[in-house]
Amino acid sequence: MKYLHLIWSNLKRKKLRTSLTLLSILVAFVLFAFLCAIKQALLGQVEVAGADRLIVRHKVSLIQLLPVSYKERMERIPGVALVTHQTWFGGYYKEPKNFFMENPVIPEDFLDMHPEFILPPEQKKAWLANRTGAIVGRATADKYHWKVGDRVPIFSTLWKKPDGGSTWEFDIAGIFEGKKKGTDTTSLFFRYDYFDEGRTEKTGKGQVGWYTIRVKDPAQAGDVAKRVDEEFQNSPAETKTEPEGAFFQAFAKQTGNIALIVAYIMGAVFFTILLVTGNTMAQAVRERTGELGVLKAIGFTNMQVLSLVLVESCLLSVLGGLLGLGLAALLISHGDPTHGMLPFFFLPSRDVFIGLGISLAVGLATGIFPAIQAMRLRVAEALRRM
Amino acid sequence: MSETKSGNGTLVGIDGVQKVFQRGSEKIHVLADLNLQVRTGEFLALMGPSGSGKSTLLNLIGGLDRPTRGSVSIAGERIEQLSDRRLAAWRARHVGFVFQLYNLMPTLAADRNVELPLLLTHLSKSERRKHVETALAMVGLSHRAKHHPRTLSGGEQQRVGIARAIVTDPTLLLCDEPTGDLDRKAGDEILTLLEALNREHGKTIIMVTHDPHASARASRTVHLNKGQLSNEPVK
Repeated sequence: MKYLHLIWSNLKRKKLRTSLTLLSILVAFVLFAFLCAIKQALLGQVEVAGADRLIVRHKVSLIQLLPVSYKERMERIPGVALVTHQTWFGGYYKEPKNFFMENPVIPEDFLDMHPEFILPPEQKKAWLANRTGAIVGRATADKYHWKVGDRVPIFSTLWKKPDGGSTWEFDIAGIFEGKKKGTDTTSLFFRYDYFDEGRTEKTGKGQVGWYTIRVKDPAQAGDVAKRVDEEFQNSPAETKTEPEGAFFQAFAKQTGNIALIVAYIMGAVFFTILLVTGNTMAQAVRERTGELGVLKAIGFTNMQVLSLVLVESCLLSVLGGLLGLGLAALLISHGDPTHGMLPFFFLPSRDVFIGLGISLAVGLATGIFPAIQAMRLRVAEALRRM
Repeated sequence: MSETKSGNGTLVGIDGVQKVFQRGSEKIHVLADLNLQVRTGEFLALMGPSGSGKSTLLNLIGGLDRPTRGSVSIAGERIEQLSDRRLAAWRARHVGFVFQLYNLMPTLAADRNVELPLLLTHLSKSERRKHVETALAMVGLSHRAKHHPRTLSGGEQQRVGIARAIVTDPTLLLCDEPTGDLDRKAGDEILTLLEALNREHGKTIIMVTHDPHASARASRTVHLNKGQLSNEPVK
């Protein structure tokens, strides 16, 4: 700590150069944090997926429907604890830009299946008692200023009612919270019986989008998935069953290998930062060869001089990293910038620590060569360059 | 102020020292079989023309460089045999350097510059502050403690340099042209200060200089020419 003043004074020597270097590191880490948040938004569901949950969909594609009668058959398969289903409603509130997920579900089964959604008991009771009742996540409720008791119209792009209308009205019976950070609270869930009665025969009455199965033993999930698919083999609607995490991952991969894209971009960004910071440190050491000679003359050892340069480089990098991550965290805390397309948009604390680790590594990588150069300086020669 | 010395009163013993620099394929003989003794409490002026090897000799005595041959003993310790790490520690304990161009850290205030050698000790912050205050008071610069070098005159900067050299109470002060970059008045003040350090505080001083006026303030003068010492000026 007693050397901190010396190190800090060196960083202040060329204020403009240090500020510009700091700014470039800061921008790199803002970018890093935003990419992490986007990755989290696209892959976040994979992380919160239940290890004991399987998704059963039509073998051909997700948009093909499955008969609702499959539910009872699945419940009879050994190893299955609970079965529920959802169907893509594809609706929006007032304007197409207010698009978010609304799915019809069987309320009790659905809440049993998804303990990550926290709904107060009296609101659950109200939902069960009201056929047009719906529960909505906190994020969407706050966004549209909905409260319990409101009646909200949702326009469905897929499902028409017998009267030809596409606007469905729901009574907000409850607002659910996420059990942990990263839980999607942008969706609205309403009752399947209201949905099925309200849609026409032509548009798929008696059919659902996909099933979710909870297995009794997660270790047996693979066997159960196999049994489910065998059960519906050679039927008009064959199934494909996979773990919930894999299902969400496949969904996310429709936009490409996000992790790889993020890694490529970050690789390019940090390579540039290595060059910028490395150049700053190399220049800083070259400029003060004589001063380093003085330090050695008054008794600083080679290792102490090496450490001073290395700590200076790390301080610059970590400071830039901290400022960048802090600024990004502040910006990201305002939530999903796409207003609904990225419900899992947040900066995980894990990525903050990774960012800090990277900033330290950048500091070490950019400082080590100038530090070795400083360490190897011969005192008498260095003093001549003062 | 403490002093360390060998039994016979000799503090610096240079014995048969040669220094050869290799520049490409060429060998440059700077010091040739040189012998010199400096007694404890002496104020020695080392004179000679440019390129005569004065600074090289001073670097050898200060442990900043090693002789090609021969021995350099300070207070009985053969410093050319010490490892780089031990030599650095030895310099921190025993030697104070005063440079012609002051060699202060431009980013640090005067007191922080003076404190630098104390960072290598185990002194607490408050103890370091006391030492710094004492050293600055000795050179008459207490009122300029918070000033950065660029706001100080040449003479003041050199006094800060001297305060930095004496703050650890070293055995030996090595001054390389300490008045070389100063006008006559400021130079005289620095020489008076060095004299006082020698007479009143018993510091052993070796001063490299071109200036006969400066060497006249020393208790003894030796002349270096083409790597050889003599008591007579070079003609």
